[in-house]
Parts: sequence; structure tokens; C-alpha cells
Amino acid sequence: MIKVENLHKHFGGFHAVDGASLEIATGSITGLIGPNGAGKSTLFNVIAGVHKPTSGRVTMDGEDITGLAPHELFHKGLLRTFQIAHEFPTMSVRENLMMVPGGQTGETLWNVWTRRARIAEEEAALLKKADEVLDFLTISHLKDERAGNLSGGQKKLLELGRTMMVEAKIVFLDEVGAGVNRTLLNTIGDAIVRLNRERGYTFCVIEHDMDFIGRLCDPVIVMAEGKVLAQGAPDTIMQNEAVIEAYLGRGLKNKVKAETAAGVGK
Amino acid sequence: MDLLNALVAILNYIIIPATAYGAQLALGALGVTLIYGILRFSNFAHGDTMAFGTAITILVTWGLQALGISAGPLPTALLALPVGIAATAALMLATDRVVYRYYRRVRAAPVILTMVSVGVMFVMNGVTRVLIGVDEIRFADGARFVIGPQEFKAWTGLAEPLALRATQVITVVTAGLVVAWLFWFLARTRTGKSMRAFSDNEDLALLSGIDPNRVVAVTWIIAAGLATLAGTLYGLDKTFKAFNYFHLLLPIFAAAIVGGLGSPIGAIAGGFVIAYSEVAVTYAWKKVATYLIPGWEAEGLMQLLSTEYKFAVSFAILIIVLLFKPTGLFKGKAV
Repeated sequence: MIKVENLHKHFGGFHAVDGASLEIATGSITGLIGPNGAGKSTLFNVIAGVHKPTSGRVTMDGEDITGLAPHELFHKGLLRTFQIAHEFPTMSVRENLMMVPGGQTGETLWNVWTRRARIAEEEAALLKKADEVLDFLTISHLKDERAGNLSGGQKKLLELGRTMMVEAKIVFLDEVGAGVNRTLLNTIGDAIVRLNRERGYTFCVIEHDMDFIGRLCDPVIVMAEGKVLAQGAPDTIMQNEAVIEAYLGRGLKNKVKAETAAGVGK
Repeated sequence: MDLLNALVAILNYIIIPATAYGAQLALGALGVTLIYGILRFSNFAHGDTMAFGTAITILVTWGLQALGISAGPLPTALLALPVGIAATAALMLATDRVVYRYYRRVRAAPVILTMVSVGVMFVMNGVTRVLIGVDEIRFADGARFVIGPQEFKAWTGLAEPLALRATQVITVVTAGLVVAWLFWFLARTRTGKSMRAFSDNEDLALLSGIDPNRVVAVTWIIAAGLATLAGTLYGLDKTFKAFNYFHLLLPIFAAAIVGGLGSPIGAIAGGFVIAYSEVAVTYAWKKVATYLIPGWEAEGLMQLLSTEYKFAVSFAILIIVLLFKPTGLFKGKAV
């Protein structure tokens, strides 16, 4: 579905993404892991149109989408959420959801006066859909709450809900688990799996929580220093020497190995 | 009786003029705050936008008067207003296209956009002067008073006159209607909501598929409408002089910041806070004091500040608010 070819993103002399190539298969929940500073978020930002790549190509179903603006990608069904949840703080949870499919008839000054019936119809449809989404995510009781008052985890759920307001094809989740408690994280994980199975969403998930990755994702892509280091099923990835080294450094890796071999490590 | 006279004096010299002035400032500050909230910069060209809009309105007013068209007891300028607004909106959109859009595309810092707006301000400054000249212009026609001072005295038998000018009533009523409409628009219509969404979180609005160009265009059109309206009402209430509108920038910004930049309700509150303070501080309280404390003759005028220094009031309030409540009374975005 998404194919990234030899992507570079440089900030001055710093090569945040340094020749990354990867593929995300349709219908998969692909995990993207790697130590801090590996370039995961930058890669997301480049794919999602926040940054323009220095060089390289991104295609979606064979179509070149390199450097398109976020709102253009949105209309192609490519959505993303943020590491730190984003919301419209002064609007209610339901209004937040209803904002999502941009480009409605009512968004032109002229149409506000001339096409009232059409707008009312669209709004009613949005309202119905928003309520369904709230139901799906089991946060119906929060619908009139100001989004700014939600907890971190609830905001993440709201972000996930936003992707459900349209027929998303692929959703990039940037650290859905950051700062979220276990129970809520399970709710989020369940929602991801259900969306994947029932609605055919493709996901690409950045996450540091290995349990979460192991439970949800297949395959897992490992990034380090702006490059793709390894790719495979979660079990094999976590045994991969290069991956362990990238996370722990060579010295610590050898120590852990020695300790494990000697049966000292616990 | 003396107490009544004192009240009438306060009403006549403070409450009525300050309410009209406050409504004008509020409309101006609303435009500034909308641009700040959505386009994320302080638009220093706003005072001159008001002047330009008013100048066009005056030109059209003269045209209508020459044709013998009038609005009866209402000022002819109200009929000319839609043309003024349309012309100003067109100018704003053109300016955005030629100037601001480039800086948005290169994601320039807000301070750069602000400096750019200073440049736009000088250009508009010149354009307005070329259009209509630098002189003071009086263009209010129609009925002069709703309550005339002599009538009032004859009617109540009080020593103090009370004047309620038609322009003051028109200012307050029009401002009230427009503000109500704007709040309805922002709260209820899809366009208004997309503007609020853009102001709340630009990245997310973009990722939600909201077309930024549309939001920006609507913002300029509304800001142009508010500026032209504020300028015309101010000109009707007082007089039009391009230079005075440039000066108005200070109380307008003070109002927007006091209320909280980016907060529409704050802009209105701020407008009235600045207007009431300015009028009250520069008013000579001697007369009121004489009524209230019988047998006491105040030395001097009991004026806290002479009217030449009225802008100092805006400055002082601005500094106090920035020191103690930097986000303004209604929690705007950080200044």
C-alpha cells in the first residue's frame, strides 16, 4: 500500500532520515520501532506531508504522493495521529469528531446562505456518524465534554475516533501508548484490531511498549540512525542481534548475553 | 435634584460617548483578534484597513448624495457600506495573494508576518491618502439627535443637558447586531467552526482535511467587513481623518490584548474597558463633584489626564494587564 524508497530528510547537517526504504502491506498492522532519535517520527512526518523530504519517493498504491500537503493526503485516505494527542480544545468531543471530513459544503462563506438544506443534511449525517464512533470507542458519555478537559488516554481514543469519521485507508499512529494507562491502552489496542479486521484499515504504529507491539503488529520494522535496520515478525525481531545492539549498545548487549548464558541474569 | 443632575452629567459625558466608542473599538479589536487567532500574526495594517474601507464608503456616500439618494433619517453612509466592505474585502484578498501568501508558504515566523503587515500598513496609508486626501471629513447626514440637549432640559427641567446622537444609537445597535451575527456564525456554521478549528489547532485542522486557503479567505473577508464597519461608525460618530485611524491602532490593539488575543468575547470586553477608562480618566469631574458635594468648589478641573494624553490610558492598561494577566481577561493565546 505504502512504499517508501530511499527517503532522506536532512535538517541542516543532521540526517534525521537517511535513506530509509520500506513497504507497508495492505491490511497489515505494521509496527515501527527503534531507539529514540532513530527518525521514526520524522519518517511519519515526511509521509504525512508535514515535512517535505530532502530526496526520495513515497507512493501509495503506486501513485506518487511525495510532498503532498496534509489536507491533500487526507482526501486520499491517509491519516495520522500525533505522539502528543492533538485536539480542538475549545470544542466538545462530538464537535471535534464532526470537524473531521473537511471540505463540506458549509465551509464556503457563500454556501452558508445559499445551500442551507444540503448543509443541514450533511450535518445530520455527521452527527449520526460521530455518535456511532463514540459508541464504538465506548466514550459516549464524554460527547459534550470540552476536548481540552479529556485525559491523555481519552484524547488518544478521540484521535483514533477521528480516523473513523472518514473511510481511511491507512492510519499512522504515533506512539498511541505514550502516557496512557494499561486499561485504556488495552481499549485502544482492541479498537485498532477491530478496525483492522472489521473495516480493513491498514495501520502503521510507532510504539515503545514491546508488549503492545508484540500483541498487535506483524510485521515489525526496526529503524536506527535514520535507516531501516531489520524487518520481520515480532518474535524474530526481538531476537535479532543488530536490533538488540541498536537499543542497548554493543557493550551492554554482550553483558546481557553473557549473563543470560551464565544464568545470572534474572 | 443635584444627584439627578450629577447622574445626567455622567450619562451624557461618560456613559453614552464611551459606549459608542467602546462599540467601535470592539469591532476593530474583533478584526485584530480574528486575524491573530487564525492567521497567527498581529496585523498592524488594521487601522489603515479601517481608513481605506471608510474612505471608499465616503466616496460612495458622496456619489449617492449627488444622485439624490438618501436613507431618510439614517445616514446615507449605511447604504454605501456594502460597497465599502466589498472593496475592502477585495483589497484584503489581493494583498493576501500578493504579499502574505508567500510568507505563509515559507512558514515564516509570526514576527516576520507582523513586520510585513507594517509594510502593508504604510502602503495602505498612502493609498487612502491618495484616494481621499488628508483632511478632516464630516459625512454624517440624516437626523442628528434622538434626544436633543435643549428638548431634554425643557422636558425634565434639569440644569444638565442630555444628548443622545443618532450616530451613537446607530453605532451601538449595528455593533450589537454584527457581534451577535459573528458569534452565531462562529459557533453554529460549518465555516465558522472550521475557522475555530484552525485557530484551536492548525496542524490538526489541516490533517482533518480543512482547506486552509478557504479559511484564510473567509477570515480576510470578515476582518475587512469588521474593519470597514468599525471605521465608518467611528467616522459617523466623530469625523474621518486618515491619520486618526492610524492612531486608533493603539487602543484597538490594547483592547484585543486586554481581552486576550484570539478571543472574540475578550475583544469586545477589552474594547469597552479601554473606552470607559479613556473617557473616564480624561473627563473633567469638577461639575459632577460640585453637584454631589454641595457647597464645595473644586479647584482646577478635576481632570486626571488631559485629553491629549488619552492614548496613555490604553498604554497603562496594556502594561497592567500584561504584568498581571498576560493572556488577557478571557484567556487568549499567549502574547
